Amino acid sequence: MSQTQTPAAVGSGTPAPAREVAPVAGRPAAAPVVEMQGISIAFGGVPALDDVALRLYPGEVHALMGENGAGKSTLIKALTGVYAVDAGTIVVDGREESFTSPAASQAAGISTVYQEVNLCTNLTVAENMLLGREPRRFGGIHTRAMNRRARATLDRLGLDIDPASVLGRHPIAVQQLVAIARAVDVEARVLILDEPTSSLDADEVARLFTVMRTLRDQGTAIVFVSHFLDQVFEISDRLTVLRNGRLVGERMVAETSQLELVKLMLGRELATLEELDREVAETDLVDRTATPVLQVLGLGRKGSLQATDLSVYEGEVVGVAGLLGSGRTELARLLFGADTADTGEIEVHGTSRRFRSPRHAIDRRLAFSSENRRAEGVIEDLSVADNMLLAMQASRGWLRPIPAAQRQALVSKYVEALDIRPANPDATMRNLSGGNQQKVLLARWLLTEPELLVLDEPTRGIDVGAKAQIQQLVADLARRGMAVVFISAELEEVLRLSDRLVVMRERRKIDERLNDDVSVSDVLELIAGQERPTDQERPTPQEAPRG
Amino acid sequence: MAETPARLALLRRHPLLWPVVALVALLAINVVANPGFLSLRMQDGHLYGNLVDIARNGAPVLLVALGMTLVIATRGIDLSVGAVAAISGAVACVYIAGAPDGGSVGTAIVACSLALATCVALGLWNGFLVSVLGIQPIIATLVLMTAGRGLAMLVTDGQITTVNNSTFAGLGVGFVATLPIAILVALGVFALTALVVRRTALGMLIEAVGINPEASRLAGVRARTIIWTVYVFAALCAGLAGLMIAGNTSAADANNAGLWIELDAILAVVIGGTSLAGGRFSLAGTLVGALFIQTLATTIPNLGIPAQTNYLFKAVVVILVCLLQSPRVRHALRVRRRTLPMTAKAGVA
Ligand SMILES: Nc1ncnc2c1ncn2[C@@H]1O[C@H](COP(=O)(O)OP(=O)(O)OP(=O)(O)O)[C@@H](O)[C@H]1O
Ligand SMILES: [Mg+2]
Repeated sequence: MSQTQTPAAVGSGTPAPAREVAPVAGRPAAAPVVEMQGISIAFGGVPALDDVALRLYPGEVHALMGENGAGKSTLIKALTGVYAVDAGTIVVDGREESFTSPAASQAAGISTVYQEVNLCTNLTVAENMLLGREPRRFGGIHTRAMNRRARATLDRLGLDIDPASVLGRHPIAVQQLVAIARAVDVEARVLILDEPTSSLDADEVARLFTVMRTLRDQGTAIVFVSHFLDQVFEISDRLTVLRNGRLVGERMVAETSQLELVKLMLGRELATLEELDREVAETDLVDRTATPVLQVLGLGRKGSLQATDLSVYEGEVVGVAGLLGSGRTELARLLFGADTADTGEIEVHGTSRRFRSPRHAIDRRLAFSSENRRAEGVIEDLSVADNMLLAMQASRGWLRPIPAAQRQALVSKYVEALDIRPANPDATMRNLSGGNQQKVLLARWLLTEPELLVLDEPTRGIDVGAKAQIQQLVADLARRGMAVVFISAELEEVLRLSDRLVVMRERRKIDERLNDDVSVSDVLELIAGQERPTDQERPTPQEAPRG
Repeated sequence: MAETPARLALLRRHPLLWPVVALVALLAINVVANPGFLSLRMQDGHLYGNLVDIARNGAPVLLVALGMTLVIATRGIDLSVGAVAAISGAVACVYIAGAPDGGSVGTAIVACSLALATCVALGLWNGFLVSVLGIQPIIATLVLMTAGRGLAMLVTDGQITTVNNSTFAGLGVGFVATLPIAILVALGVFALTALVVRRTALGMLIEAVGINPEASRLAGVRARTIIWTVYVFAALCAGLAGLMIAGNTSAADANNAGLWIELDAILAVVIGGTSLAGGRFSLAGTLVGALFIQTLATTIPNLGIPAQTNYLFKAVVVILVCLLQSPRVRHALRVRRRTLPMTAKAGVA
């Protein structure tokens, strides 16, 4: 396909060249299952989507690409009836539709996993998966049949999760997998996955892709949203790019390079990643003979983390690598007092401390950004400014509100530094895109000027441009003396940033080493032990309340 | 020209719009039934009239509803306020009745202080159950709701204790500068609360705890202290309301003082636009809600309908408010409103 195709040509609904219609080579050109044309949506006068088009063909994986706030989730919600459109038409299977609720779109064969997983944490895994279509017997719910059916679907995804366990006890990544399992359990013609892989490990991603390929080959049209370009290129056949609520273009993946795609998304090129790599590698100036900022000895908690030692020095980034359920999140939570430890000593600057609650840890200049943005981060109904200033205000106490002028200065400083959009401090947090919410939460903790910053999946759902920016920021903060514990399922990211690497497996630390020229495959080997674990050996999530 | 519709649109989305419209509509009904309804008159330097009556009789509900607003904002509820009001009145009256100089100003002050101190203790108890023991608020406060009346009976020895103290009675029936003291006290507490809550960070922290307790805890918000504080505040407000009620009749009636006032207060909060799910709250909304409830109670007899049917009308209000807050109904209304312009546009194209 030629690179000269103008966005306007697609946007105005001109029939596309014939070979673009055939989504997968060797397949006959079929009619699209979904055709959205001229979609516009504005929220309170601010346009979120402006004349956007999207076509989905049976048997394709279609990536929906764009920066944070580009309008991907909004376009999905327009299709599934969460939002009513201001203008435009939606044609499903040749019939014009305007769904008035997500349930209506689901009934029409569109199965969706939204970006912010919205399941009932107090119900069991099986109940969540089959909610609304439970197998019945004698007028009641047939629990055994329900668990059996859930188990079958989970097995298909290669997930060893007990269907009868309560969903809320699982880490967010498992909850996300359950949401996906729920979506693939119905025979859908269209399957929409909005950032399904944002907190998954490579193994889970691989299994998800297997299922996606099977469904695709059965003729399902799949929408896939992700900020991981590798994944997009691995699984997708075609892609649509949005920028600032407008359509940039539609491309065949096979005919597009990563570089081109990034350029389409950002409207400019991305250069910073390479530089950062070099800087971090050259600057291991950490003094490990000094008193560590934080030192823990034998820190542990029954059922979540075996006794672990760890020291973090001033100006050092300690990366934590490990699979889901390896104890990486538990370690972070215990360091911060989010959970209370059963055993172990914590020393801050050489003084012994006990953290019975996050409050105590914050008073000792610790900060912890949770992986679970929705449940443990955002205060949805408050403004961006209030969300950003929450930790700082909590430390000052309610009697000393932050003066208006200072508030404004601080908020606009971070809105600018992290490029938060919309740049409106009074916007309600709920209305920000996922990636922008994540940036606000980062700002919340940076504002407290911590000496030790514990980041659990800080770049979850953040676009390529901003991810580089945040990594740069973390590197800068460390250079200026902040100690950082950096946890991410994305090993490349951990390796790029860390001075030292801690590897976790089966709820304990199995290795610790300076990060000079450690490669991803080295880490994978460590994580896996001697051989890659089989499904049976993997730590099962039901024993493990958190990942 | 472009500005007026924008401002109108803002007004249309103002959260106080519907409560105020409802209140005005209710007043209008009264005026139709009785053209002199809104008239005020001055007598012996005191202001009289239906509006003044509504405000004065509504003062206890307003006070209780103020405390209730903050409790509800933290995702809680306080069912014990009626019982606390009864205890407060009982403590004050029994003290005055037993004091050597039962008619003096000093006795009244000591009696009220004693009553309010008791209420603080009761609030601490509620707050302890909810924030430290983690008992569900509806259950935790049910304890005091049921036990409280018994406590008040113990204090009064099962008698209706009458007192003769003009200062104390003044809280209910007295006037200062043409206006009833009850109105001034309630408005004073309202203004002070609004000031403290919105000028400090307390309001924001209360909302944060109500919207997402776990995220707030992780951000270092002392949720326990905040929750404890609002229950103490609610009990204090209830105690003050109890003193007004007792002052009104110069008697403590352990069985009937403040009976069902918790329900009126909750209704006032909800009418005012604060969601029972916690989070964002509106003190101004609660003020309008309390006035609405009191106006409703005045309207029924004014229209010649037996006053006992008041509950029936309240039930209708509850149903209406619930319907308006139901996501499904809202969604239906919203979709209709948003699809209209779309079809219009399609028609043009
Ligand atoms: N309900 C809403 N009210 C107001 N603005 C909204 C609402 N929903 C979305 N927006 C705005 O619309 C824009 C697009 O948001 P959307 O969530 O679709 O982005 P996204 O492409 O999914 O980004 P991300 O990659 O961060 O998830 C953003 O600027 C967002 O602030
Ligand atoms: Mg999104």
